[in-house]
Amino acid sequence: MNAAGFRPLSLIQHLILWAAVVVIVFPPSVLVLNAFKTKTEFSQTSVFKLPDNFLNFDNFGSVITRAHLDRAYRNTLIIIVAAVIGNVLLGTMVAYILGRFDFKLKKAVLGAYIAVSFIPTITTQVATFTVINNLHLYNTLWASIVLHLGTNVLQIFIYLQFLRNIPRELDEAAMMEGASLFRIYRTIIFPLLTPATATIVIIKTIDIYNDMFIPYLYMPSQNLTVVSTSLMHFSSERSTEWELMSAAILLIMVPIVVVYLFFQKYVFAGIVNGAVK
Amino acid sequence: MVNGMSYALQKRILIILFLLVPIALLAVFALYPALYLVYLSFMSWDGYSPDKTWAGIGNYKEVFANKEIWGAFLHNLVYLGWGLLQNALGLFFAIMLNSKVKGRNAYRVLLFMPYIMNGVAVAYMFNYVFNSEYGSFNTLLHGIGLDSLAISWFGSPKAVNHVLGFITLWKFMGLNMVIYLAALQSVPSEIIEAARMDGASRLQTTLRVVLPNITKVIELNLFLTIIGTLEIFDLPFILTGGGPLGASDTFLTKTIDTAFKFNNFGMASAMSVTLITAVIVVLGLQRLATRRWSD
Repeated sequence: MNAAGFRPLSLIQHLILWAAVVVIVFPPSVLVLNAFKTKTEFSQTSVFKLPDNFLNFDNFGSVITRAHLDRAYRNTLIIIVAAVIGNVLLGTMVAYILGRFDFKLKKAVLGAYIAVSFIPTITTQVATFTVINNLHLYNTLWASIVLHLGTNVLQIFIYLQFLRNIPRELDEAAMMEGASLFRIYRTIIFPLLTPATATIVIIKTIDIYNDMFIPYLYMPSQNLTVVSTSLMHFSSERSTEWELMSAAILLIMVPIVVVYLFFQKYVFAGIVNGAVK
Repeated sequence: MVNGMSYALQKRILIILFLLVPIALLAVFALYPALYLVYLSFMSWDGYSPDKTWAGIGNYKEVFANKEIWGAFLHNLVYLGWGLLQNALGLFFAIMLNSKVKGRNAYRVLLFMPYIMNGVAVAYMFNYVFNSEYGSFNTLLHGIGLDSLAISWFGSPKAVNHVLGFITLWKFMGLNMVIYLAALQSVPSEIIEAARMDGASRLQTTLRVVLPNITKVIELNLFLTIIGTLEIFDLPFILTGGGPLGASDTFLTKTIDTAFKFNNFGMASAMSVTLITAVIVVLGLQRLATRRWSD
């Protein structure tokens, strides 16, 4: 839109946008103010007062030890790495088959992925619980890994969209030279799908990091806590010690915000694709 | 070795090899549970004992007759109200950021940020915002002399769902905004310039030219919101546990409690199937609506 005529509006625009930013930044800022306070300092001052010492990292240190956050980060990371590798391999494989070949059950395969995407995950846990139990995956990290491992309709659509833009002439040229179809997938298709893979890796990482219900339900053991469940445990023990809880919440919240800030391009690409499909 | 095979044979082998694991995962962890859920909904089962007994449509009858469940469902409607406001704000900010306002990317990044935050962390963070005694919100209210408004937000059966609805808006407004923004950016700039040339004001251009071009996306967002409100779970589950006295229970917190707290898997399955059916009906309506628009 032409900006020239609307100058006076621009100040109002910024005021409204700033108001929204304040509403969004207010709750985390209060956490930042209080996470650096000592116990007595917290109980004696207003929640809005700056801490005496912004270099007082004691709360963070004590939360990491008491909530076993090191273990929680490690468990979360293991699940993310295993599941994301699975997603990328399986997602590119399914997309390559669906995007490049015609066969009888092609529509049925895509249809099945679309159909299950309509079913909210939490609603089927009553039945999934029995499956996980019977496979003896209850209370193992595998429960979370296998439930996140399979590709989904969003990933398939993102890959298919990129696949369409890879010219079939590349496949054909490789076939002229006698390359096998598997070799074409491995040396041409998979590398050229990298931009889509980047989006999928980021989106899935955020997804798994933020997942609460699967680890809560399937991995109740203290040794298997992930970031979300460790925070729940910690809160049930220490919810009255605000300065500690503030530090704990920040320690859970900040890593994924950093990932988001660094990879926003991929996050937005994935979100918009997911919604519009 | 593979090079000796014809491409037709290679194709058949590759289709089977490449789809085997994905389809197996889909079948075991998505399709089978969905079907099993339907089966369980006709059974009477505590979740662990070896015997399940046939209950027919008894579970469904109970779901539809149970006042508590429908009471919880009414709480979902409170979220719907906040969801509609969330949509309106999302559209409003999208329109604003679609103009040449300075720092638009920074605003977009900030307004969207709550959506990617860990839900458990967000829930506990707001626990400290809305705590009645020491919460930052009540401290703020006392600070500006509005002491009478500083109530116990999570303790009041009337306020609790609105507080949770507001937190949902805080977290998800950016998602609606980003989807609207993508739609607005795909509106051809020629038609906007043409309207401006004809002397339409900015507001007129927005209302008469831009919005009619993105009706499909507005619908999409509204349906996403409706489905989202049907599936509200995390916030009441973590923050209030459905309390005080069930005042913030939602359909899904009731379902999960029925299964894992009261060990009534048959009934919980019937509730799940009912919810899935509702989601599919909403999606069906969306399809119909979309078709109507594209005609």
